[in-house]
Parts: sequence; structure tokens; C-alpha cells
Amino acid sequence: MDPIYLDNNATTACGPEVVAAMLPFFTEQFGNPSSMHSFGNKVGLAIKEARQRVQTLLGAEHDSEIVFTSCGTESDSTAILSALKAQPERNQIITTVVEHPAILTLCDYLEKDGVVVHRLGVDKKGRLDLDEYKALLSPRTAIVSAMWANNETGTLFPVEAMAEMAHGVGAMFHSDAVQAVGKVAIDLKKTQIDMLSLSGHKLHAPKGVGVLYVRRNTRFRPLLRGGHQERGRRAGTENSASIVGLGVAAQLAIEHLAFENSEVRRLRDRLEAGILPQVPCSFVTGDPGNRLPNTANIAFEYVEGEAILLLLNKQEIAASSGSACTSGSLEPSHVMRAMGIPYTAAHGTIRFSLSRYNNEAQIDRVIEAVPPIIAQLRQLSPYWGERGPIAGSDDGFAPAYA
Amino acid sequence: MWDYSDKVREHFYHPRNAGPLADANAVGDVGSIKCGDALRLMLKVDPQNELIVDAHFQTFGCGSAIASSSALTEIVKGKTLDEALQVSNQEIADYLDGLPPEKMHCSVMGREALHAAVANFRGEVWSDDHAEGAMVCKCFAVDAVLIEKVIRDNKLSTVEQVTNYTKAGGGCSSCHEGVEEILAKVAQERCTAPVVAVPMPAAAIPAGRPRLTNFQRMRRIEEVVESIRPMLQRDHGDIEIVEVDGRNVYVNLKGACQGCMMEQATLSGIQAQLVEALGEFVQLLPAGLLGRPVLAS
Repeated sequence: MDPIYLDNNATTACGPEVVAAMLPFFTEQFGNPSSMHSFGNKVGLAIKEARQRVQTLLGAEHDSEIVFTSCGTESDSTAILSALKAQPERNQIITTVVEHPAILTLCDYLEKDGVVVHRLGVDKKGRLDLDEYKALLSPRTAIVSAMWANNETGTLFPVEAMAEMAHGVGAMFHSDAVQAVGKVAIDLKKTQIDMLSLSGHKLHAPKGVGVLYVRRNTRFRPLLRGGHQERGRRAGTENSASIVGLGVAAQLAIEHLAFENSEVRRLRDRLEAGILPQVPCSFVTGDPGNRLPNTANIAFEYVEGEAILLLLNKQEIAASSGSACTSGSLEPSHVMRAMGIPYTAAHGTIRFSLSRYNNEAQIDRVIEAVPPIIAQLRQLSPYWGERGPIAGSDDGFAPAYA
Repeated sequence: MWDYSDKVREHFYHPRNAGPLADANAVGDVGSIKCGDALRLMLKVDPQNELIVDAHFQTFGCGSAIASSSALTEIVKGKTLDEALQVSNQEIADYLDGLPPEKMHCSVMGREALHAAVANFRGEVWSDDHAEGAMVCKCFAVDAVLIEKVIRDNKLSTVEQVTNYTKAGGGCSSCHEGVEEILAKVAQERCTAPVVAVPMPAAAIPAGRPRLTNFQRMRRIEEVVESIRPMLQRDHGDIEIVEVDGRNVYVNLKGACQGCMMEQATLSGIQAQLVEALGEFVQLLPAGLLGRPVLAS
């Protein structure tokens, strides 16, 4: 049996076309694009083409708005630190409680240096309250950073409207769109978004390459200074092979956008429709009506996620979990906690994230595999009796909590 | 993915003694739902000789929690209660050919369930005294709660001391920032030095007051600093005046005050008191800024 990979929000396989396009840049096309000779010139032209492809994917007005970086995290850090540096009179950040650690950990760190950070909460479905957001915007807001799509649940945020509201108080707007690019239509020239992060390896390009989109006329302060690469906005010799790979991946993403929203969505819906009726006490987390087409996040109550993943892995099915144990932290996913998912369910959340390389036979195999695994673990669980959950009842399981 | 031993995997895929035990007479329920683990240990104990005849478990938890529970039931079967109470966390981990550092708490939970079950059999009340924090040092599996407690109990002020007491930070050293953060937090709570954030601006001092003579002025500076020294000494720190040059008062911070995260706050607090006592603006500066060598006092 072939392994089934349903963890595409963590990372994706490099497309075969992407790998093929990259290979010459490890061998004969090794030149430094800054060099005057033809070794460098050819590489420079290839990077230019990649930049234009990313420009098309994002709907950016100018190709000079595309800055290649090393990853999504670098793009996020660059955007936020730049906004603070460029606007010394503004010292506040508005973000959300469900952002990726690339944003949240940086904000925690900046807070220690006196930056004021506001973190917008979410409701049970992971949605923001725009009135609360409006009330937080002020002339002291340097930047608002909100993700386009949540990595765990796929829930989409109204970033276009939020960008307009940010501009109302003269603040910059950044979106971490690493999960959204290639899965939802993005046309940045029609928005007021100032900066946007994307990550190559989330859309079938290699790891180690990312992009920061910086709208023309956005005040910008580089994170890495040195050479004149990327027009001085990101010094350091270009990762030419990966940039070329990202260009091809961007081209493929444009071509497959409709497929993602039809066929991949159909497979995701099939997966949910196949599992939920078979497994009692299970539910989809996030906002099912407004999310990425490839993501299904299902909470299986009274069982623990890592145990589910290990048993899935035994059948060569790869997914991920919001349980504390999978990350080595002491608490389950901050996204699940923010939505008020009870601990007994948050620990048992499993994220299945599909890609265009999955097929129906694979999905059917997963539908077959999951229910017995949950049943097997529930047999071991002190919260589960012969007839279902026993937690909460008088004779239920109430351990002395540490 | 965790680096689980084959034994852990084996006990997870094929747990021994899983499920309810109908005629159990010693039951221990423990866990922390926050961190995603809960365990019910069920023992059948012979009341005559307190021998554990059978042991079963039910666990809500990760792979290693289930494997640790399974191992525990195998280890205690055939032991007397007193013998079973001697089983350590390390023994459970060793039985499984080791656990990753982040997962050692799974074996701790097994031992706690055992103590709870024995208490249940003997009609005693068992209380859990185990608190757990985020893992700081991954090399030696030391968590934040333990580090904070040791810093507090022993009045530690450097990473090196923390390493000597707990081993935390003694390996790859990548957790030093985390350890320093805990040190700063405790130092801030512990610090009794006067903290006044805003020094009095020079303009606020009324002009035309009779001026102190140089001798009076130096004496007064000394008095203020002397009055503050006991507070610093209580925190194992100290201060000495090196030089008074116009409006600049140069001092040396000593002991725990040296390099303390609160150094700036301490200096500005003392400075505010000096400004108050002298009726003029002075600034307190580290002796290093004097720009010339001085004789050791």
C-alpha cells in the first residue's frame, strides 16, 4: 500500500515539474545573479521570470513588489519589525490570538521592549469580531497583522475589509497568507493590503524560500542589510534554485486554483461526510462554511491526538493533531483553546489537509481506517464506557488533576 | 516525530492489561486534562498479605502515556503494596528502554496513580503535590516550575548557578534565554530596592535656595546611599560611591546588583532619592563611565 499524505498544511511535496526546473541551477547554472558575466546573467533572468510568476499569482501590480526571503517566518518578522521601525511615532500592533507562532512569539518578544500588542479573540467558530477590531484601531497603531487563512482549521479572515479599516487610522496592514496562497484567489492590486507573507513549501515549491510582498510606496526598513539584492530590501545572495522552483510552483498554482476549489474540496467534503456519521462524539472545528477547500479539522472527543496519529501512521496515513503531546508543550493547540473547544476534545483534534496529489481511493481508505482507530482508543479511555462517554456523570471519571 | 524506543511502540500498539478490572479493590485516578493525560489504575489486592494479584489501566493520553501505563501494570503485578510504592519514575522509563525528555511526565503520572490507588485501598487521602511547567531545558528535562522554585529558594541570580543547582542549561545552552527570563522575573519580584521610574526634572527644583557646601553635599550623598545599602544587601547586592564630580555621582554596584536585570531601575530609584535630598539635579552613573582608573577601596 502506498502511503497517504494528508498533512499538506504542514508542508507539501515538491512538484515534479518544480524539481526538474530547479536541477540546472545546482549544476551548470550556478552563477551569482549579481555578476556581470553570462553565468550570472542567465540566473538573473530566471529569477526575473520567477518574480513575474509570483506577481501574477498574487495579483501584484508591480514585480518589484515581490521580495524573495528564506521562509514565511522571515517574511512575517521583516514586515512587523519594518512597520515599527519606519513609524517610530506608532508603537502598537493589532493581531489575533490564532496567528501562527511566527507572529505570536515575535509579538510576545516585542511586548517586552514596550510595544503594545492587542490580540483579537475569536468565537466558537474561530471568527473575529470586527467591531472589537475597529475599537482597537488608533493613531498609535503601527501595523495590523492577520492571517488570511488559519493553518489548523482553514478558517478565512476578512483581510481585505480589515486592511481598509487599518488604513482608516493610517496603520499598515500585513497578512500572513502562507496557507491561503494557491488555495484561494488573491488579487492584491485590488486590495489595500500593504504587506503579505507566503511560503514556498506550502505550495509544492521547496523549503527555504518565501516571499514578502511589499506594496509600492509602503515605508519599508529591511531586516537584513548588506548587498543590493532584492533592491536592497533583503540582502544576501539569492537562493536561485529555490526561487526558480517557487516560480514554477506559482505558475502551477495559478493553473490548479480551480481544481483546488472543485476536486480537492469535493474530496475533503467526502472525507468529512464519510467519517463523522461513523464516529459518535466527533465534530468539525472552525467555520465549515468559510474555510480553505483542502482542510478538515475534526475533533474526536475522549481520545488523544498523538495516539490517533501513531495508529494512523501504522497504516501509512499522515495527518497532524492539535494535542499538547504532539508538540511537546503542556497545552493543546492555542487555536482550539481560543475557540473554547473543551480539553477532552481539543486533545483529540486531527487535521487532514489535502492537496491536488490526493485521490478518491486514498480518501476512501482513510474513511475506512479512522473509525476503528477511534473505537480502539476509546476502549482504553477512562472517559469512555460501554455505552459512550461517562465524563460529567456522577459515577464518571474525575481524576485528581495535577 | 518522537524518538520512541521499540519497547514504547510495542507497549502502545499492544498494551498489556488494558480495560476495566471488575473486582478491583484499589483504584487510583490521576491526570492533567490540560496537558492531555489522565489515567485510572485498577489493582486487585489480596487483603491478607497486600499482594497485587492483578493490575489493569485505562488511559486518555499519548503513545508514551499508554505505554507507561501498560509497563506500570506489568511491573507492579506480583509485588506487595509496599514494594510497589518503591517503583520510581525512572524504573518505569527504564522498563520501556527510555522515554524522550518531554515525555518523562507520562511515567510520573503512572507513579502518582499507583500512590493514589494504594491510598484508596488503605482508606487514606492522597493529595497530589506535583506541579508541572513548560519544558525549558530539553537536554536534562527541567521545566519552568522547578527552575523558578530553585531560583526562589536559593536566591540564584545567574544562569551558571541555575545550571549548578538543576543541570538546566548545562547541555546545548540554547535554553539560556529562557532561564534568564525566569531569573529576571524572580529578580523583579524579589527586588526591594527603591524603584522610581521618572527622575525629577531639573527645572522642577526651586531656584534661590541656600546652597550646600561641597562637604555638606558629599556627606548628604553618602547618607542617602548608606540608607539604601541595607535594602540592596538583603538581596545579596551592594553599592559604593566612587566619585562625585559636579552633577555626576559615580558608583559601583556590587554582588547580586552587578549585571542584575533591575540595575537601571535600581540606579534611577537611588538617583531620585539623591535629587530629593540635595534639592538639585544629579545623575547616578556606573563607575565604568568615569573614564579613568581609580584606586580600589
